[in-house]
Amino acid sequence: MAANYKPQARRTYSRRAKSNPRIRELERGTPGGKNPGKDAAHGLRPGPRSTLNVYLSHHLWVAVSTLGSLWRSPLSTLLTSSVIAIALALPAGLYVMLQNVQQLSSSWENSSQISVFLKSGQTESQLRTVREQLQAWPEIQAVHYISAEQALAEFRQSSGFGEALQILDQNPLPEMFVIQPAIQLSDSRRLQELQSRLDSLPQVDQTLLDMQWVLRLSAIIDTGKRMVFILGALLFIAILLVIGNTIRLTIFNKRQEIVVTKLIGATNQFIRRPFLYTGFWYGVFGALLAWLLVTVLLALLKGPIDDLSLLYESQFSLNTMGVTLSGSLFAVGILLGLLGSWLAVSRHLKAIEPK
Amino acid sequence: MISFVNAYKRYPGGRDALKNISFTIAKGEMVFLTGHSGAGKSSLLKLIPIIERTTRGEVILDGKNLSRVSNRQIPYLRRKIGVVFQDHNLLPERTVFDNVALPLVIAGEHPTETGRRVRAALDKVGLLGKERAYPIALSGGEQQRVGIARAVVNRPPVLLADEPTGNLDPELSREIMSLFEQFTTVGVTVLVATHDLDLIGRMNHRLLALREGELVADGPTQELLRQ
Ligand SMILES: Nc1ncnc2c1ncn2[C@@H]1O[C@H](COP(=O)(O)OP(=O)(O)O)[C@@H](O)[C@H]1O
Ligand SMILES: [Mg+2]
Repeated sequence: MAANYKPQARRTYSRRAKSNPRIRELERGTPGGKNPGKDAAHGLRPGPRSTLNVYLSHHLWVAVSTLGSLWRSPLSTLLTSSVIAIALALPAGLYVMLQNVQQLSSSWENSSQISVFLKSGQTESQLRTVREQLQAWPEIQAVHYISAEQALAEFRQSSGFGEALQILDQNPLPEMFVIQPAIQLSDSRRLQELQSRLDSLPQVDQTLLDMQWVLRLSAIIDTGKRMVFILGALLFIAILLVIGNTIRLTIFNKRQEIVVTKLIGATNQFIRRPFLYTGFWYGVFGALLAWLLVTVLLALLKGPIDDLSLLYESQFSLNTMGVTLSGSLFAVGILLGLLGSWLAVSRHLKAIEPK
Repeated sequence: MISFVNAYKRYPGGRDALKNISFTIAKGEMVFLTGHSGAGKSSLLKLIPIIERTTRGEVILDGKNLSRVSNRQIPYLRRKIGVVFQDHNLLPERTVFDNVALPLVIAGEHPTETGRRVRAALDKVGLLGKERAYPIALSGGEQQRVGIARAVVNRPPVLLADEPTGNLDPELSREIMSLFEQFTTVGVTVLVATHDLDLIGRMNHRLLALREGELVADGPTQELLRQ
């Protein structure tokens, strides 16, 4: 409103000032008017008493008093914080779960191996030559030889068919190499190349790369992570809107107060401050609730998963939110709180001027 | 202290609310501004703390041409002007003390100095015992006095009041007016808009009379009222 008049008023003044000695006289008449070029800021600055200390203690006071006013309306504070908490907890919880699955699958990654079944009727020295050849390949880390007898013994032990197998007068199992590739599991093209190269060797009957499903799993995890990021981005926008709207309502409820404080000489900064702190606290409460939500959820899952893990003789144990993730959760919450309130404040505060 | 030089005010889409207003008020002077409802009293007062800006002409406050004050500087200008409203405009959620302290908090005053000055201002308006009360618990006259304490707590050189006694009975109105008179003795320039002629007739101060946006009279109150 007033802004519309400013440039015009300035222009008219500078044109008229030369021709109107009365205005010049009035400006000169009192101190402050002596130097019209410089007087714009003269006497219109905070005094020397507004030290850093007073400034900081005012910030502290605003922080505490906004916390107090949120505390005095617990229901609406809890509602808003809960919405923020759920929106934060969803991507955070999914992210932790994906991290766990990834950790689990990476422990299988090291055990990725290719079983190479050899044609029967080869002498021991022939096999040794092949093995030495294979060991020289750069894609291969290690070659283990498993003789037909070893394979049978292992099978007897693990299958429980020990008795039944004794009737066989001949060992039905082939000799085999178990190959540990020096290739990352994610590099499935090179793994498959290696497999077909092994397949084409004349001594080889058949090869088996049974890690296909691990590959698929890791692709699924990557997709999942991307989806968590997209979901997170959408939910963060939702948080901005929720906080923005809450602050907008607060601004309208305090309209009268804002007008009065502006009339008393409050700067926009001063008026903005409590609203920014309110957004900050919503971010803190939302993150705190989200952290509790995810932690409780993981604690509930931890028991059954650890039992399952024990059954499979796995070392795996469910990871909870680490320091980094907890820290990020709070950082994101606070950032969104400040940003949401800042958006609301910069959009709605200007419109509230004394009339 | 306050000068209007050929000042005009036209609201968007309206007639001129103020036409060619010129006058000068000296430091420490107490002046009444009168006129019928809609004559432009509030509009004139609003030009001084730049709630509105002149459409043409100048307002000069303490040697400063207000059309040269940028929007960013307005808050600092307003700290030098105390304003008393008809409906006192106290913040209902804050105690009397906090309401009066607000201008000092805004100005970044030190807390101990703030406490001292707030008590001095409340003492001045006779409400020292009500520091901890909330505005709702006070009578209309007391609320208005809290508003005055807030307006003077940071010792502004200029005090403006728009119908400050509009809601008060005659006895309380006289009390408020004599409070304003006391501030002039310490050099405060006071400009009071009112249409209560009975009240201002008892005090002999300068009177500015507006009619339909024009300044139609300027002189001692009793002389003008006799006409
Ligand atoms: N914000 C505004 N927009 C448009 N017209 C206004 C506005 N404020 C006041 N006016 C008009 O300006 C004239 C003077 O009003 P005002 O200054 O409030 O008079 P008073 O205070 O003497 O009653 C009136 O005609 C009123 O309708
Ligand atoms: Mg009015």
